[in-house]
Amino acid sequence: MSAVLQDRSRRHFLKTTVAVSGGLLGSGLIVGCASMSSMSTPKSLPPSAFAPGAMPNAWVKISPDNQVTIINARVEMGQGTFTSMPMLVAEELDVPITMIRVEMAPAKEPYINTMLGGQLTGGSTSVREAYDPLRVAGAQARALLMMAAAEQWKVDAASLRTENAFVIGPAGQRASYGELAEAASKLQPPKSPQLKAPSAFKVIGKPVNRLDTPSKVDGSAEFGIDVKLQGMMYAALAQCPVIGGKPISFSGAEEAMKMPGVKQVVQISDGVAVVADTYWHARKGLNLLTVKWDEGALAEMNSAKIDAALKTAAAKPGAVFHKSGDTDAALRSAAKKVEATYRTPFLSHSPMEPMNYTADVRADSVKLYGPCQFPQLAVGLTAATAGVKPEQVTIQTTFLGGGFGRRIDVDYVIQAVEISKAVSAPVKLVWSREDDMKHDFYRPISSTTMVAGLDAQGMPSSISLQVTSPSVTARMFPAFVKDGMEPFMLEAAVTPYGIPNQRGSVVIHDTGLRVGYWRSVSHVMNVFANESFIDELAAEAKKDPVEYRRALLAKEPRYLNTLKIATDKSGWGKAAPAGRSRGVAVMEGYGTYIVLVAEVSTAKNEIKVHKVTVAADLGSMVNPNIVRQQIESSVIFGMSAALFGEITMKDGVIEQSNFHDYPVVRMNESPEIDITLVANGEKPGGIGEPVTALIMPAVANAVFAGTGKRLRNLPLRLA
Amino acid sequence: MGIQFNVNGKAVDVKAEDDTPLLWVIRDEIGLTGTKFGCGMALCGACTVHLDGAPVRSCQTPLSAVLGKNVVTIESMASNPVGKKLQAAWIAHDVPQCGYCQSGQIMSAAALLTAKPNPTDSDIDQAMSGNICRCGTYPRIRAAIHTAAKGA
Repeated sequence: MSAVLQDRSRRHFLKTTVAVSGGLLGSGLIVGCASMSSMSTPKSLPPSAFAPGAMPNAWVKISPDNQVTIINARVEMGQGTFTSMPMLVAEELDVPITMIRVEMAPAKEPYINTMLGGQLTGGSTSVREAYDPLRVAGAQARALLMMAAAEQWKVDAASLRTENAFVIGPAGQRASYGELAEAASKLQPPKSPQLKAPSAFKVIGKPVNRLDTPSKVDGSAEFGIDVKLQGMMYAALAQCPVIGGKPISFSGAEEAMKMPGVKQVVQISDGVAVVADTYWHARKGLNLLTVKWDEGALAEMNSAKIDAALKTAAAKPGAVFHKSGDTDAALRSAAKKVEATYRTPFLSHSPMEPMNYTADVRADSVKLYGPCQFPQLAVGLTAATAGVKPEQVTIQTTFLGGGFGRRIDVDYVIQAVEISKAVSAPVKLVWSREDDMKHDFYRPISSTTMVAGLDAQGMPSSISLQVTSPSVTARMFPAFVKDGMEPFMLEAAVTPYGIPNQRGSVVIHDTGLRVGYWRSVSHVMNVFANESFIDELAAEAKKDPVEYRRALLAKEPRYLNTLKIATDKSGWGKAAPAGRSRGVAVMEGYGTYIVLVAEVSTAKNEIKVHKVTVAADLGSMVNPNIVRQQIESSVIFGMSAALFGEITMKDGVIEQSNFHDYPVVRMNESPEIDITLVANGEKPGGIGEPVTALIMPAVANAVFAGTGKRLRNLPLRLA
Repeated sequence: MGIQFNVNGKAVDVKAEDDTPLLWVIRDEIGLTGTKFGCGMALCGACTVHLDGAPVRSCQTPLSAVLGKNVVTIESMASNPVGKKLQAAWIAHDVPQCGYCQSGQIMSAAALLTAKPNPTDSDIDQAMSGNICRCGTYPRIRAAIHTAAKGA
């Protein structure tokens, strides 16, 4: 499920941006399934928008010295868009990937992610959305360059070929793309240029090294925290310990102002900032402030109350999103009924780079610099905050030191804007790790109850799922919530298994604590429940968990293939090494079919993951090297949540603060990971996130296989 | 008169207060931003630099502790034989994803390889477990350290 813009004109983009600023993004959007055909035409900007450089379309810029620059509209947060997006353009433009320079896109209409309806990087959409249009953009640019050469040489364009950023004529004429670019930019591009057959690909599908790696091994890569502007000051911010609280008054400003380097102390809508000549001076000044807070609605809240309210909500009848057959009737005639409830906690994103942003607010313009997954939202909200028009806001996106969904929200951007406006100077706001962990938009808590009826052979005749959880979408994009449900709570909620009677329902329950999209979004809660439960059913039937699944996936060739690969490679069916046991989980997420086998031990009640075997069928891949990186990354990111991650609240305050009380997987806990990739020419699937969701049930199932103990709550704890 | 020490072989004279963490001196005063802020409590290793050859967490190293000493940061690794080998191995294995923690990872790995040119997996676990990577690049870091060691 995805969203597409109804009207992709520039006027509409601005309207949407304005709507964003009012918190009404949904009003300009419709929900639907974006077909690839609807996305195959790249958008063009008027050439004047790029004067004096030669820009055949929004994606390619060629300078007279033959430097080819490809615009990347999907932010780089580790997932590889800085390489994979340009590869798509370079393939059709016929330029070696080593020759290109990559530039991050501004916030503009051609760069909207049509699968999400905004200029947003998330949802494992980048390659899926860009696969056709970026190839078309590359082909269009190449066609224009050939047309320009044909005009110049008075020959038929069909007689030309290209090689390494040169157009070559029938009589051996040669002109670099750079020499032709200006003439090419004045021509009208062909609407549907011929694309290469996949068999002719020179770049796509090859494990090309990442273009950002060299700058990330010598310290030169620029992250948001590294931005430096002329006259820039540094800000540290006191925020209410209770999320949602506002400052009433503060004292200590005079003492703070006496500290070296401190320039100003300013109150903004959700905090009090100390602005200084260095970050450390700002932070030391902040220590001298005492802020009186209106703690707001969450002041008396704690985890026990939240859990109790979730339990009450889970007992309500949910909105039905899936129904086939008659589960009630099937249960009445079942030989056995099985029921289980699974829970997931709040989680923080905790990217390595704490939230930070740099803003330069002037009377009639704002310049934004930093890490952000949703530049369009940042621009829209900035315009409203600073009192300028969206067109007066420019944004330059740096590398992101991790995102995982946290930087879809732009609270920290708007704080930087407010502070810069208050002090009339460019300001870089940097949060501490404690700020970051205590003021996240947390991955939602959930409770999921599964009920199945088994026949005399132990096979399921019915299955039902009711998931109860807060909705991120209800907060961010309320227009997507219809009839008590929204798509980003229901990913992988419908089991792939051939079970005749099925029912799925959902209860949206707001706990009061703000929630955010977190890597793989609702796949985690839904697959933890579905894949743990099917394992429980196999155990009830006294059948091997893989054989049980295989029997129920008879009509699913892509599942069966990946199941066979992963189980064969993991040694499934043979004895595990002494003291270890294996568990399996399967899922289709973001168009990718994945099977994961975890091999664990549980000595001294400590769950240790030794080996993880993954088979993933992505259909088509742009860069298998990056695909492997993302699978490794998701396994380890997911393991932190499987084994450790839990955010709790006391008296309205998040109890965790840093990596000592919110541990994450480290080198010594990192397992061996064996990956097999399948490409079969189907549409490309997403891979930035989905594997994250499989490690949790696979580990829980492995723990059950080894100990007989069924763990239904995340994080998984034996003692 | 400030506090004098060497950074990447060059003498510096810094006028910040004694208790300023070396991290912020390196980043904000000296302008070398390759060393990163991650946690401020020596829990994540993103700020790792070498102080007289030993890896330290610069977020918990006060300026007063570096008086007269040699500080080495990621920016000078290309001119250090071990650092250069590690950077080449990091590129060959395509280790970084978001890349934010990688300066600290390479500084910890350089200290390890300098002390133990042929580290075992358990040496790597011990030396590298103070450096968090949320992108989970650990398997590639391990492989790259072994590759760099072989290239010795």
